[in-house]
Amino acid sequence: MSAEHLPVLLVVVPLLAAPLIVLFRSGRAGWLLAVLASMVSLACAIGLFVQVRGGTVISYAIGNWAPPWGIEYRVDVLNAFVLILVSGVATIVSVYARTSVISEVPSDRHYLFYAMFLLCLSGLLGMTVTDDVFNIFVFLEISSLSGYVLIALGRERRALHAAFQYLILGTIGATFYIIGVGFLYLVTGTLNIVDMAGRIQAVADHRPVLAALAFMTVGLSLKAALFPLHAWLPSAYSTAPGAVAAFMAGTATKVSLYVFIRLLFGVFGARLVLQDLPLLEALSLLSIAAMLVASLVAVMEKDLKRLLAYSSVAQIGYITLGVSLANQDGLTAAVVHLFNHGIAKAALFMLVGGAALRLGGCRLEVLAGMGQRMPLSAFCIVIAGLSLIGVPGTAGFITKWHLVLAAAEAGQWLTIVAIGASSLLAAAYVWRFVEAAYFTAPRHHGVQEVSVGMLAPAVIMTVACVYFGLDTSFTLGAAREAAELLLGAVK
Amino acid sequence: MVIMPLSDHYTYWITILLMVAGLYVVIARSNLIKKLVGLAIFQTSVYLLYIAPGKLIGGTAPIASAQFSVYSNPLPHVLILTAIVVGIATLALGLALVVRIKESFNSIEEDEVLVAVHGDAMSEDGDA
Repeated sequence: MSAEHLPVLLVVVPLLAAPLIVLFRSGRAGWLLAVLASMVSLACAIGLFVQVRGGTVISYAIGNWAPPWGIEYRVDVLNAFVLILVSGVATIVSVYARTSVISEVPSDRHYLFYAMFLLCLSGLLGMTVTDDVFNIFVFLEISSLSGYVLIALGRERRALHAAFQYLILGTIGATFYIIGVGFLYLVTGTLNIVDMAGRIQAVADHRPVLAALAFMTVGLSLKAALFPLHAWLPSAYSTAPGAVAAFMAGTATKVSLYVFIRLLFGVFGARLVLQDLPLLEALSLLSIAAMLVASLVAVMEKDLKRLLAYSSVAQIGYITLGVSLANQDGLTAAVVHLFNHGIAKAALFMLVGGAALRLGGCRLEVLAGMGQRMPLSAFCIVIAGLSLIGVPGTAGFITKWHLVLAAAEAGQWLTIVAIGASSLLAAAYVWRFVEAAYFTAPRHHGVQEVSVGMLAPAVIMTVACVYFGLDTSFTLGAAREAAELLLGAVK
Repeated sequence: MVIMPLSDHYTYWITILLMVAGLYVVIARSNLIKKLVGLAIFQTSVYLLYIAPGKLIGGTAPIASAQFSVYSNPLPHVLILTAIVVGIATLALGLALVVRIKESFNSIEEDEVLVAVHGDAMSEDGDA
């Protein structure tokens, strides 16, 4: 009986647990509820994924109002895959958060942290599961507003400025998105994505549709930190509490990218996007610029958190590059990299967050000799770093391989050169950590490995980076099916 | 292409003016409060963008009645009610952050705050 309500339970459980935590006013109860609610969401996401494998689509009418009039939650293999990523990262990070929050957030605010964490989670899940463009905006703002608060909880005063900067840029992004929704509603008279896709082809030449595409692309690119609209990301990730950086790096930008992919292929469709406009060419250029410029900045960064943040901007470039190639392999690479990069960055930010607490910072000089003092953490950072480079045997390789295949199929040899160059730059910035951690004399004495509560979730995430590089039946299977679905919609 | 006369569709011109003015204030002003005011104006322009096309001249509220045949579309109004709530929450959170910034940096001018932020990063360099 309850199985049919999975799409809504997924969102409602964390949404209701959040105010419950505020009522309890206890950090410990808040933590338990946050872990529990994240796990329930993960269970719902897995339940949905099992049902939609093989092409089934689940449609859920909120409040029993039939779509397209009511809000519809619609789950297919693409968003079920993203749901598993978001709720999976949330589950593991919420376990990690206990120690991170105790060390980084004043004790009277612990329960508020968990309430915000769950609101952010339910916002991200809602954005992914809903099939209503206005509902996406509402969930986008729920996740963004709670995200600004989470970042502002960082220990240093710089976190406040980072949160404010993100609030301004994030709100401009969300408002651009909603302007696009307004134009689409004016010409199609509907907010339901599937319904809109059917109506938009008849009015595809109208200028409001083109304006909507432009506004939505810019708005979502801001939220997804697509180069050159990434200005908010490095300072936000590097000053936020460790658990927040890990959670947001693994999920927030990925969900915005998912919405972008969904709208591009699910609404604007074949003629408009793939043939009439040079949007994909522009996206391809920006992606390559992101892969090269952001990697180059990462190589020169002195602070490991900022280094990883710039690496995120570069890795987002891989995802959008896959989208811009718009063939089977390209979209497979884009979708699978949402997942592969999400888990690698979540693992890295958890590990670096723990190291920063032990060593009192995460500048590369401070991390000197970490390989001796904190062997397991340092080793895991290297493994997850290898996934960023795309070394065979890690999840990152699967993406790179399909990107190269896609570029070869499209005959874009220069793109392949750019992918290679970007991988070399990634190797250079990961090497900078290796050099500091293993080939520099330790500065700190008597420093010990971080506690099990922080280490275990990070190790699990690192193992996942390797596991999904070896056994790709889940990730690649889902991504292939999703790519077929997206391309089938635009034919 | 025919350019719309100013008198027709004048709500669109007001929308565009508010949109651009708001965005300009956000970008050009260094004062954080003024930035938020600009952001609020920018968001308000979107309310107008939605609500104006929903109204049909001579249309009434959509209550089925034999007397009326022309109805205004109520959906944009409902959507914008939600957007207004979101806008207020954003503004409130933004102002709360400005209060905290004022307490920690003793300034609400972005260029001064930025100098202090870079100073914090530099002093970390010194420690290292």
